[in-house]
Amino acid sequence: MTAPAADAPDRKADIDAFARRHKFRWTEALPWAAAIACYFTFENYHALGAQIFATILFALSLDLLIGYAGIITLGHAAFFGVGAYAAGIMAANGFHEPLSGLVIAALAAGIAGFASGAIVLRTSGLTLLMQTLVVAALLQELANKWTSVTGGSDGLLGMKIDPVFGVFRFDLFGNTAYIYCLAVLFLGWLAARNLICSPFGRSLTGIRENAARMRAIGAPVERRKIIIYTISAALAGVSGALIAQTTALVGLGALSLGRSGELLIMLIIGGIGRLYGAFIGVPLYMIAQDRFAAVDPVFWYFWIGLFMIFDGVFARGGALGVIARRRGGSPPQ
Amino acid sequence: MSPAALETKLLCKSFGALAVSSDINFTLERGARHALIGPNGAGKTSFVNLVTGVLKPTSGNIYLGGRDITPLPQALRVKLGLVRTFQISALFKRLTVLENVTLAIAEREGTANDILRPAGHRRAEIEEAFSLLEPLGLANEAMRPVTELAYGRQRMIEIAMALALKPQVLLLDEPAAGVPPGETGAIIDTIERLPAGIAVLFIEHDMELVFRVAKRITVLVQGAVLVEGPPAQIAADPKVREVYLGESHSQ
Repeated sequence: MTAPAADAPDRKADIDAFARRHKFRWTEALPWAAAIACYFTFENYHALGAQIFATILFALSLDLLIGYAGIITLGHAAFFGVGAYAAGIMAANGFHEPLSGLVIAALAAGIAGFASGAIVLRTSGLTLLMQTLVVAALLQELANKWTSVTGGSDGLLGMKIDPVFGVFRFDLFGNTAYIYCLAVLFLGWLAARNLICSPFGRSLTGIRENAARMRAIGAPVERRKIIIYTISAALAGVSGALIAQTTALVGLGALSLGRSGELLIMLIIGGIGRLYGAFIGVPLYMIAQDRFAAVDPVFWYFWIGLFMIFDGVFARGGALGVIARRRGGSPPQ
Repeated sequence: MSPAALETKLLCKSFGALAVSSDINFTLERGARHALIGPNGAGKTSFVNLVTGVLKPTSGNIYLGGRDITPLPQALRVKLGLVRTFQISALFKRLTVLENVTLAIAEREGTANDILRPAGHRRAEIEEAFSLLEPLGLANEAMRPVTELAYGRQRMIEIAMALALKPQVLLLDEPAAGVPPGETGAIIDTIERLPAGIAVLFIEHDMELVFRVAKRITVLVQGAVLVEGPPAQIAADPKVREVYLGESHSQ
């Protein structure tokens, strides 16, 4: 036993450090600084930029599930697609205001997340993986067959979106879309960051690490999983709505397994369970895809496959995992 | 007469033809120091799993402070003060010692449902966690990930987490299991210093620990209670010697 008097100052420092462990760090401003700088330096790529921001939001919502709550899924496109179709169907049927479109998309996707989560989250592991996949496949088939509303395999056409706040018109160059998607991503990031730093978010990490133990300390594990599944679905829905509104097009691909899988790859490249993995993996993947598609459209998947093998062998934990290990190694929080 | 801290009546559990618990009538008095012993496969851990709600009983009832908790889910039983530890350390291994304990405190306080404010704002909970770790000698390691600590120390974190839930009834499933012989002393000291108001039931193979701490012992064999009584009576019981204690304790 050491003397309490000698320990006391240390203890206070430890308590302070622990209480402040979720304080903003200056590095967290980097993605936003980069996004603003890119607006001025890459004027011809605003449309791509808007897509990237919307997809980052999508990946962020997936990170909440896989990285924090430990819920693995291969059907997250279900909620992206529900959001995209909800916003698209509204816009194609006389309701053109974009912000309320986002809200409706979030609600629709949230409801879809809650309803399917209440069923599929009873399982785990490979069964869960299969169930999430099936939910997305069912919705995709629904969209395919319900042509009068969704346009079926032709996609939903004829969307019309009003200017944001009645002022900022969506232009061909994607200038408005760039700022619009960036602003929504920023709000989504704030909400997600807040959530994972909250006691609720910490308990999700506990569930990921050891669900049985969380039950033994009195946590309603199943309820918490459904709550985060619903929140994540709503965020994915907003992401889908952003892409629908800024491209004025929704197709069956929005609900596809490919969409879910690609998203997972992007998140893995960036790093899972570190909040900023989405901000690294998505731009890397989408910019590379854009460049490769221009140079070698046929072989694109060969290169990404090669890259993934490399990533799996040499860069476990993604880009952020590698950085964390070089700096003395902290596991995902 | 106030009701017993924990009581089971005719508690049965079978998996098909295999009965792991049969007609267990068991009473844990308030403030008890009660040991549950028995050979491997006697159904000790199954009993803990039944009582805590991990397993559903085939028949029979469980009472906590006189209240029938048989239909309640695990989480609610914890809220009512029924807390357990695990045979093999079941901690959040990649998280820090402090985070492990604050997670338990947040569940007890119900703050774990708070989705809006940062966890760090709950300074009182962090201070409470330290006040739990301090007497167990874990405060200096509070900021380290659990995996970096020796196994014996991890067993102490189990107890710290259980205490963080302010239990009425504490079930310790082999608290000294896997701990090197030199470190069991610290575990025994910790169990002896547990607040007197908590009713403690512990499963243990380490007979030194059992006979030093327990005021009462129940022997379980093949899912049924063989005998129950104070340590001296159990040590002298020929049936117990035969099935369990072996020659080393019979001289």
